[in-house]
Amino acid sequence: MSDIRKELKYLSSHEWARVEEDGTVTIGITDHAQEALGDVVYVEVPDVGSSVSIGEEAGVVESVKAASDIYSLVSGTVVAVNELLQDAPETVNTSPYDDGWFFRVQPDDLAELDDALSDEDYRDLLASEE
Amino acid sequence: MGNKTSLYSSHQAMNGKLVDFGGWDMPLHYGSQIEEHHKVRQSAGMFDVSHMTVVDVKGAEAKAYLQYLLANDVSKIEPLLGKALYSGMLNSEGGVIDDLIVYNMGDWFRTVVNCGTREKDLAWMGKVAADFKVELIEREDLAMIAIQGPEAIARTKSVVSAERGAIIDSLKIFQGLGSGEWFIARTGYTGEDGLEIMLPNTEAELFWKALAGAGVAPCGLGARDTLRLEAGMNLYGHEMDDSVSPLAANMGWTIAWEPASRNFIGREAIQAEKAAGVKQKLVGLVLRERGVLRAEQVVSVAGNEEKGIITSGTFSPTLGYSIALARVPVGIGSQCTVDMRGKQVVVNVVAPSFVRNGKQVF
Repeated sequence: MSDIRKELKYLSSHEWARVEEDGTVTIGITDHAQEALGDVVYVEVPDVGSSVSIGEEAGVVESVKAASDIYSLVSGTVVAVNELLQDAPETVNTSPYDDGWFFRVQPDDLAELDDALSDEDYRDLLASEE
Repeated sequence: MGNKTSLYSSHQAMNGKLVDFGGWDMPLHYGSQIEEHHKVRQSAGMFDVSHMTVVDVKGAEAKAYLQYLLANDVSKIEPLLGKALYSGMLNSEGGVIDDLIVYNMGDWFRTVVNCGTREKDLAWMGKVAADFKVELIEREDLAMIAIQGPEAIARTKSVVSAERGAIIDSLKIFQGLGSGEWFIARTGYTGEDGLEIMLPNTEAELFWKALAGAGVAPCGLGARDTLRLEAGMNLYGHEMDDSVSPLAANMGWTIAWEPASRNFIGREAIQAEKAAGVKQKLVGLVLRERGVLRAEQVVSVAGNEEKGIITSGTFSPTLGYSIALARVPVGIGSQCTVDMRGKQVVVNVVAPSFVRNGKQVF
């Protein structure tokens, strides 16, 4: 069974979001997603300063097996991206929730996260997909 | 629940991620397919390929039968016991029913065909056999383990008897010899030196564990695919199928046109195609920027209405960027454009072979 963290919010497309102490939101892909993708070889993240919107493609993750679009859980402005992933994309496989984060957003409206899945919802979703 | 090879429980014990492959539960990887890929290029890896179909062809007309069944000519391998031959098995329209290996076993032949095509192959081989004095014997009692990489032979020798070690030493490239119930061949699907060993199902697990003990890394189908693609080797259902001519799949070298008197199934069709001029060919594509070329992506060539298609694409672990095989119009130059997820990307065109014996070859 893949790792699902209680403190995070999720999308059915297998991204997670964490609200940081400064009110920004960090986005990444779940343990289940990295496992399904296999070895990650490229990660494309939005530029710092650009805008991302809910429901719009914000980046791409490519593994040996497949390419997959990345979606943000909140709309807002990108304030940081994980530079480590450019040289070490395999970090997404080894540490999907910590070192393998994708980008950080200053949200327009943090309440948007209320529509995302809780850890329990996400666990149910994975169970139903099996 | 799919078919299980005799190594199924070993794959589970080694944390193999098991997936369905042509009706078989096979390991995709044991953690990281890229690490497994590097093991094969740098030292030694092993693959369970027991899902492949082994068919022995025996009888007074075994040779004549295979000369009619296959586009390549088994008379080429007659001079050396155990010599192997790669060939397409064509339909009468000149499409490829399957690609296979055939070994000269003395007064009979051993063929190895793909697992995904097993049923249609057996049906076709059986149908053609009706006109010949031959017997086809499927060898479901045999497991097959491929040990590949620069250290594959040395490490395998360290866990087999002295007698089998001597047989391994005697093998020429693309030759296999029997040893008791084993059949040991210096063949493979990775572009590295190595062995493919057929042995009774009942002995497979012990041998697999002995190899693991000798430092041979278990490798899954994921690494097998990236290795064969770097080596520029075809995969049935990708580079060719029933509707693709061997001439458009870089298999021209496997067609024995001479002697002209030898009739084989599909000859008339591909001869006519050749005379009229082959319209497509298989090439290699190289993308040095970010991104991964994928099968089914459309290839455009400047000044040509006809489109091409990527038949297999991946990230090359050895080279560190993406490579692909593509079936394209014959007039293609040194560059073409690939539609990658809606973006037109220019890529370089090379001969369809990328890595051999650990080194870049284009």
